[in-house]
Amino acid sequence: MKRIITLLLALAMILSLVACGTAAKGSDDLKVGVILVGDENVGYDSAHIAGIKTAAAAVGIADDQIIWKYNIEEDESCYDTATDLVEQGCTYIISDSYGHQSYMQQAASENPDVTFISMTGDAAALSGLANFKNAFNYTYESRYVSGVVAGMKLAEMVANGEVPATSIDADGNIKIGYVGAYPYAEVVSGYTGFYLGVKSIVPNVAMTVTYTNSWYDPTAEAEAANSLISQGCVITSQHADSTGAPSACEAALEAGTPIYCVGYNIDMLSVAPKAALTSAQNNWSVYYTYALGCAVKGEEIKTDWAAGYAEGAVQISALGESCAAGTAEKVDEVIAAIKDGSLKIFDTANYTVGGAPVTTYLAIDTDGDWVGDTGEAIVNGVFEESVLRSAPYFGIRIDGITELQ
Amino acid sequence: MSHIQTEPFVRITKRQDIKTAKAWLIRLISVVLALAVCGVVIYAMVKLNPIKVYAAMWKGAVGTPKRMLVTARDTVMLLCIGIGLAPAFKMRFWNIGAEGQILVGGIATAACMIYFGKTLPSWMLFAAMFVASMLAGALWSVVPAFFKARFKTNETLFTLMMNYVAIQLTSFFVAKWENPFGSNTVGIINQMTQAGWLPSLFGTQYMVNIILVLLLTVGMYVYLKYSKHGYEIAVVGESERTAKYVGINVQKVVVRTMSLSGAICGLAGFIAVAGSSHTISTSTAGGRGFTAIIVAWLAKFNTFVMILVSVLLVFLEKGAIQIASQFDLNDYASQMITGIILFFILGSEFFINYRLIFRHRKGGEAA
Repeated sequence: MKRIITLLLALAMILSLVACGTAAKGSDDLKVGVILVGDENVGYDSAHIAGIKTAAAAVGIADDQIIWKYNIEEDESCYDTATDLVEQGCTYIISDSYGHQSYMQQAASENPDVTFISMTGDAAALSGLANFKNAFNYTYESRYVSGVVAGMKLAEMVANGEVPATSIDADGNIKIGYVGAYPYAEVVSGYTGFYLGVKSIVPNVAMTVTYTNSWYDPTAEAEAANSLISQGCVITSQHADSTGAPSACEAALEAGTPIYCVGYNIDMLSVAPKAALTSAQNNWSVYYTYALGCAVKGEEIKTDWAAGYAEGAVQISALGESCAAGTAEKVDEVIAAIKDGSLKIFDTANYTVGGAPVTTYLAIDTDGDWVGDTGEAIVNGVFEESVLRSAPYFGIRIDGITELQ
Repeated sequence: MSHIQTEPFVRITKRQDIKTAKAWLIRLISVVLALAVCGVVIYAMVKLNPIKVYAAMWKGAVGTPKRMLVTARDTVMLLCIGIGLAPAFKMRFWNIGAEGQILVGGIATAACMIYFGKTLPSWMLFAAMFVASMLAGALWSVVPAFFKARFKTNETLFTLMMNYVAIQLTSFFVAKWENPFGSNTVGIINQMTQAGWLPSLFGTQYMVNIILVLLLTVGMYVYLKYSKHGYEIAVVGESERTAKYVGINVQKVVVRTMSLSGAICGLAGFIAVAGSSHTISTSTAGGRGFTAIIVAWLAKFNTFVMILVSVLLVFLEKGAIQIASQFDLNDYASQMITGIILFFILGSEFFINYRLIFRHRKGGEAA
């Protein structure tokens, strides 16, 4: 009997060793190319780098199987880099910025044996290319939760009488601000999520959005934040990748102006220990573990992939010392409601356009005029974001938010 | 009687003439020295084997057929601009405005692709792009030329300022043609139809670019060396007074030559947009309008020598990218290597033009 058990154990060990061996062999000659718009110093890119490294370790891809290309502009150099990565033997190529997309698509059409993943892109499904993929997180969920954190702070400020009269507009709304990168759906979806989060705690808020026309421009972001502060905003958030705005807020707070901020991607506490409340973050490792796992196993990657809190793909960073009492509990409650589906962030009951609720919205543009012509996004009174495709398409400018151009 | 040493340790005198072979020997020595100094720097800074680093540069620039092709594509782009600048500089007209002339040429090309891409037949579209880019470039250079010829304005500043206008104009059109709306990039123009894309020739991408620029290389060489216009340019460059004395209409020559210079730079914009990037942005010129000044001067306006200089510069650039990627250095480390090599090559021109005479060891009795 003992002998049989020993034999079985030995057999099991050998089999598992063989299994490991074949798995490793399958991924040994796999090469992954990564095209990044910035480098590890930029919050957005460092989040992607961290995600890819975590995923590679999880699925058994070694460091020397990944070729990193930093600071690749959103122009023809992306195409050159992608074709060069193909030359170097990469069979999976990832780009992390939206503006890389059309160059990735071009390279994908010329190299049908290589899989191209354009992160945050929106053209994969329409391109009809089998080797061209998009993915995005439900970033609006973490934006909403970060808005709740800001709302809790705002409620505390109101209760303590810390909101100056100059920070309340003619309609009795408290002014908050947002530094956006570019005026298109990804940013609109994000700031609307943030605004609705704040509004869920403090109903009388009005938000001003200003654009920097750059994903990463510390100076312009700081200037934008300063201009919002001088207009009387008491909370700012951002869809831009530097620490420019939080640094400006910290300086203003030190100088005596009540101003708190919510960041994006990076934990802002190191540059704004008092002013920073939290940051909405993406955990890209969830997607990359899925995609690189498919690569190792030789399985097809989904054309569009999107996930949020339920899968752990989005999160907020550690709460700052200035956060209001009870914030952590409220955050947990909201996250739980998002996870179990009882809270629908873009429920049309939560916002209006021109005073009336929105009843219909076509999400997908197929004829190239930037106006959706197919795909009804509103189902049973809820705007379903990132369901028809992974990239956000909530482009509705709702009441209470003013865009400065 | 005590003797006072009057002769300095080293004297510099201008060489009257130098044999071509000797000049090239000096250049070769400078490259070897540059590589040696770089080797020391590489080892001191990052503890890498310099031989491996040089191998990586080679690999990055010409390691695969595709890379060779990309290197060739970027070389002819630089060469084209250098060819455009040559007549202007030979006339001692300081055209610092190539960058802007390329951009407006690129804008004109992109405009034709966007507005006529669906309607015009292919050959008419190419003709329109070709002509529009040259006209735009010529317009951009004729304005400073006119003011120089008429009012003696400073062309260095004027052409430089025209660059900034062109950059703003590009930003304006990028915002106008942005794709998708709000992204502030134009993306690839006519991605589906490929209308207005220079086709592959002999199954090779970028072949049209290469052939076009090689034709220009020969054409400009002949124009400068053997044509009456070329002679007038040389005379005006050497001395405006002489030119006037022999009856050359200096104003006319200046305006004519600058139109040509700008038109060729505009054509470079056409080659960049139609022949390789299929998009337009402020990086379409990407500083090449300035780099090409080095090309033109180092080659002393000989367009065939310009080929060599362009190859060298692009080779260094591609090599630097590969070094950065392969050894996980940041771009700055590899750019330092490029800088050192360029410094030595530019420095070699000094030793070609001047000769050092050292003091005789045994004494200065001659004085």
